[in-house]
Amino acid sequence: MSFINYLSREINCKIVYYGPGLCGKTTNLQFIYNKTNPEAKGKMISLATETERTLFFDFLPLALGEIRGFKTRFHLYTVPGQVFYDASRKLILKGVDGVVFVADSQIARMEANLESMENLRTNLAEQGYSLDKLPYVIQYNKRDMPAIAPVEELQQMLNPNGVPDYEAVAVTGQGVFETLKAIAKLVLTELKRSGG
Amino acid sequence: MTNPQMVMYEEEFNQIQGIVDRLVKEANARVVFIIDKNGQLIAASGDTEQLDTTSLASLTAGNIAATGGMAKLLRENEFTTQFHEGEQSNIHIQLVGNRVILVVIFDNKTSLGLVRLRVKKASEELNAIFEALLKKVEDPARETPFAEITDEDIDNLFND
Repeated sequence: MSFINYLSREINCKIVYYGPGLCGKTTNLQFIYNKTNPEAKGKMISLATETERTLFFDFLPLALGEIRGFKTRFHLYTVPGQVFYDASRKLILKGVDGVVFVADSQIARMEANLESMENLRTNLAEQGYSLDKLPYVIQYNKRDMPAIAPVEELQQMLNPNGVPDYEAVAVTGQGVFETLKAIAKLVLTELKRSGG
Repeated sequence: MTNPQMVMYEEEFNQIQGIVDRLVKEANARVVFIIDKNGQLIAASGDTEQLDTTSLASLTAGNIAATGGMAKLLRENEFTTQFHEGEQSNIHIQLVGNRVILVVIFDNKTSLGLVRLRVKKASEELNAIFEALLKKVEDPARETPFAEITDEDIDNLFND
């Protein structure tokens, strides 16, 4: 849930990057961190295992600018993608304002994508949220890999409702900021719609 | 939605800041801060210059969330208090009214007993303030800054 501070004139929102293991959630945040001006970002925190797999979450605070005198701040989180960290994933979703689903475009990961998306729906429902009502975008990552599914197929499989979706190569940054802007915009529009 | 919107107004902020400032002195603590369960920093006092409070807030919220998850597995409602002991610094974490988290960072200039005592009193006062704040936020007639925001404002944010 967003946090509006009238005193410091700040709006804080929480965005969660979700998706199967090794789909590139942390890579998205790392690219954003590397390409953002120092004054607009805080420290990036990664709670990872020794083999650099996300253990609990990554966290990146980001300032996007002002709207009508209110500073907009976004807290970006990733979840651990590996199936057995489900208890942790549920916790990260608490208080979420918007979700980015990072799909792995490789044909071999199609089942993992579907499983993760189903898991996202279930975990959101447990928190009293519905994916159909939340600000939500999809990123088809790893478009540079050799054995990938065509975008149309991915859309059919993962995006039946036609939410905004983007092709990406997170390691090079392609599509990363487009995805971030899209979700930030949806979150702010939703805040406006619901009257905060 | 499960959680109501968190909003902070000047009046309540000043009350909260007053309690936090006093707690730093009375508990002889280095830093005291209050965050909501989602990791947003609400108020801080003491020697905060040296600290990355945004990161600390997010990690503390993660910690409380993980502990809450463990509590659930043990069919406990919540574990409301945590204490982490280091060589130089210690952290006392208290869940207040199951809504916000009161964090006290202290060193050997004080004792855990004193910190606990002062935290207990401050928690009760904070709980009352946040309950009142929650009622105010739920009032459908309250004003919000979003009513005036246009789609153009939102677009402008991304025109760089």
